[in-house]
Amino acid sequence: MKILVCISKSPDTTSKIAFTDGDTKFDENGVQYIINPYDEWYALVRALELKEANGGTVTVITVGTAPDDAVIRKALAIGADDAVRIDAEPTDAYFVSMQIANHAKENGFELVMTGKETINYNGSQVGGMISEAMDLPFVSLASKMDIDGMTATLETEIVGGIQIIEVELPAVVSCAKGMAEQRIPNMRGIMAARTKPLNVVAPIEVEKLTSFNNYTMPPAKSACKMIDPENMDELVALLHQEAKVI
Amino acid sequence: MSTLVYINSRNGIAKNAYEAITYAKKLGQEVIAITTGNADDSVLATAGEYGASKVLVDRSVATDDAQQLTRVIANAVESTGANTVVFSNEIVAKSVAPRLSVRLKAGLISGAIAIPEGDTVKVNVFSGKAFGNVKINSDKKIISLLPNSIQPEQTGSACSVEEFNGNAGEAKIKLLETKKPEGEIPLPEAELVVSAGRGLKGPENWGMIEDLAKELGAATACSRPVADIGWRPHHEHVGQTGVAIRPNLYIAAGISGAIQHLAGVNGSKVIVVVNTDAEAPFFKAADYGVLGDAFEVIPRLTEAVKKFKASN
Ligand SMILES: Cc1cc2nc3c(=O)[nH]c(=O)nc-3n(C[C@H](O)[C@H](O)[C@H](O)COP(=O)(O)OP(=O)(O)OC[C@H]3O[C@@H](n4cnc5c(N)ncnc54)[C@H](O)[C@@H]3O)c2cc1C
Ligand SMILES: Nc1ncnc2c1ncn2[C@@H]1O[C@H](COP(=O)(O)O)[C@@H](O)[C@H]1O
Repeated sequence: MKILVCISKSPDTTSKIAFTDGDTKFDENGVQYIINPYDEWYALVRALELKEANGGTVTVITVGTAPDDAVIRKALAIGADDAVRIDAEPTDAYFVSMQIANHAKENGFELVMTGKETINYNGSQVGGMISEAMDLPFVSLASKMDIDGMTATLETEIVGGIQIIEVELPAVVSCAKGMAEQRIPNMRGIMAARTKPLNVVAPIEVEKLTSFNNYTMPPAKSACKMIDPENMDELVALLHQEAKVI
Repeated sequence: MSTLVYINSRNGIAKNAYEAITYAKKLGQEVIAITTGNADDSVLATAGEYGASKVLVDRSVATDDAQQLTRVIANAVESTGANTVVFSNEIVAKSVAPRLSVRLKAGLISGAIAIPEGDTVKVNVFSGKAFGNVKINSDKKIISLLPNSIQPEQTGSACSVEEFNGNAGEAKIKLLETKKPEGEIPLPEAELVVSAGRGLKGPENWGMIEDLAKELGAATACSRPVADIGWRPHHEHVGQTGVAIRPNLYIAAGISGAIQHLAGVNGSKVIVVVNTDAEAPFFKAADYGVLGDAFEVIPRLTEAVKKFKASN
């Protein structure tokens, strides 16, 4: 089984969020980039477990520029066999998805895995877009996956519960909590990552359907009103009369 | 020109679907709703009260298969001549809207939180820590509205319901089983949420959280470590790596308010924090704070809610 795992970088979850260039660019000053947690903890690690159980290969792919190689090496250290970087700025989900779908089609991948969403743009778009471009079934928000031959059985989140489904591969799967546990790379993995193939590929011509104009910050929260712990009647009254939520 | 709104009517019509219709109406064009499944005509007709002129329903599609729904909606766009499609950004939309974007070559904005200003739409980015203003470059546009960003407005009356054949094709995904916990309020849709963290010391102490939630008619949630150690089920975990919620009221007891936790709850309209530590970061994000022991404060709050309900 040839598995392709889509990884994107995201700012470390504790990063300060600020903007530059007239609020048109994310301020990268002092920002540490990590692999988007959903991609690393859930998609990549489950892909490796499936490979360990059933054989095959795990390739990671990212649409990004040269500085992203550091994040890609980490994925190789965790255990991916090889990596592909499509050399372009990932500014639009449609653009990113078309690049990945094109590569996946040309190289005969049988399972494409993405994270649930990137924690910077929270778009939840790329997985679905890849599946439509490849005309494949899309299983979104999977929290468990097993494979028997070319049949995958998955558990997915639905509103207020879960469902268990079956799908014939090839397919695209977006991964959420539950799929796997985080794996810390060991020294051997880190050494091996240095010599694993990282292929840089030129992007194909694709238009961008959306563009980011600028960012704004949410209005500052007004100060917290402290309530006497002995007087919960007062809190209830405030929630009713002032906040109007009960 | 018209705007097409996809509504999920599988378990009746949820509030977020009415929000999407209200939003579509504010775009200023005729609004047509599209749905699948076998909800009663009288239920579907309520879409008219929020501004839809009619509802198209493809009764041959009984699943949430994204490939099928995408074909049905794309065919409805074609037959109605719509130039804009609006979704509520709930679970089904998250798998259908991106597919539709590729099929129609229509730019998609997901997580919209406001009515477009000119051709740009405001969205939530960095897990609610900032907003982005995004522009769609294509002629056809798709907007997926973050639930609980606007209030539904009931301005009209019931509309007509028409059968629609969307040529859905075959479902490639086979549904084997659905599991829904009995009687609980689904967290992503809840308007009121009571949540607790490691400060509660152990799973045996969650009775008071459940009592308060029951009294309020709220859903229950928890911080990540609590789900990781197995004190609470995984689906209750809120935050950056769990469920993101936007209820009207979020009550957090014994949760420190780490940045990754806040990322999933900072869209709540009103936040109440109960914590023994005056330095807990959560107080900075709270509207109302109670500096005290959850073991005393929560049962007292439950009693106060009971008293309030009895007198109202
Ligand atoms: C990449 C990443 C992603 C993460 N994603 C998430 C996420 O999605 N969701 C999430 O929640 N966390 C997430 N975390 C973890 C997060 O950083 C915190 O560790 C976690 O939220 C802390 O949980 P807690 O507040 O329950 O526990 P603690 O930090 O241990 O806080 C317990 C709190 O309870 C208070 N307390 C103690 N006793 C009482 C009492 N009797 N009455 C009242 N208060 C009391 C204490 O003062 C303290 O503030 C993530 C971390 C990382 C690194
Ligand atoms: N630039 C990128 N390169 C590779 N994969 C990506 C990229 N951006 C997003 N993805 C994948 O798509 C998923 C959903 O991203 P998004 O649609 O941006 O929320 C992520 O979890 C990744 O698995």
